[in-house]
Amino acid sequence: MITLTHFLVVSACIFCIGLYAVLAKKNAIMILVGIELMINAAILNFVAFGKYDKINYGGQIFALFAIVLAAAAVAVGLAIILNVYRYYKTVNPDQIRELKD
Amino acid sequence: MNVELFLFYAFATLAIGSALLVVSLKNIARALFLFFVVLFAMAGLYLFALADFVAITQIMVYVGGVLILLLFAFMLSNKELLNDLQQTTGSLFSLPTWKVLPLILAFLGIMIYGIIEWQQSTPAWMTTAIQNNTVIKSTDNNIHQLGIKFMTQYVLPFEVISIFLMMALIGASHLSRKDLQK
Repeated sequence: MITLTHFLVVSACIFCIGLYAVLAKKNAIMILVGIELMINAAILNFVAFGKYDKINYGGQIFALFAIVLAAAAVAVGLAIILNVYRYYKTVNPDQIRELKD
Repeated sequence: MNVELFLFYAFATLAIGSALLVVSLKNIARALFLFFVVLFAMAGLYLFALADFVAITQIMVYVGGVLILLLFAFMLSNKELLNDLQQTTGSLFSLPTWKVLPLILAFLGIMIYGIIEWQQSTPAWMTTAIQNNTVIKSTDNNIHQLGIKFMTQYVLPFEVISIFLMMALIGASHLSRKDLQK
């Protein structure tokens, strides 16, 4: 029998791994991957709690919304990263120091 | 140990193990291809929460769309692969590993403590759902119900998110176009 706790522990581990990637990585693409891992952990929580909500299906529907939002965030984020790369010739956030033209 | 629990543990170890490898590998191309495995394992975990449509959407959107985009962006900024090992110091992000690891472990500890504390009292809406027998079962037709809910109860968020997605995609293509004026 798989209980809710199983899902919660797995999603806590995935979330912390994503947080590690966001904090420790030097490449903007890997930071984006870390954000995706954190979003996936949140979706797993949504889905696990949504099992108990047959009347509204709130968990599954908001999991689908979260997937769509993450896809939009990745599209815009990668466009920004490519622009930054074209301008600075690096994707290391430490070396991008100015916002002006 | 029954098959269901065994498969759940297999998917969970696959997801967590390959996620750990993703964040620890130096080679970004290998890390991105391993991210593929993480997403598939997460889709398998969604199946155990009886969310089949979410699992299929995860495979279609993430593996088909997001991962291809990430690979494109990685290959277009490929020069970074050469000087990936260079050291940089002194900034808010990209802390050294010995600083990040205790932080992450403390955060994980807080989360596990929260889960243990939370287990003492199940929320009221969950107990009433179990009593009224309105828990999603494996024999239910989820996709049928989700389609009805999307078109009736959640029609406003559905329309808003479709317009938002169109805005985001137009914005992304506008941002990444070539500047012809300069």
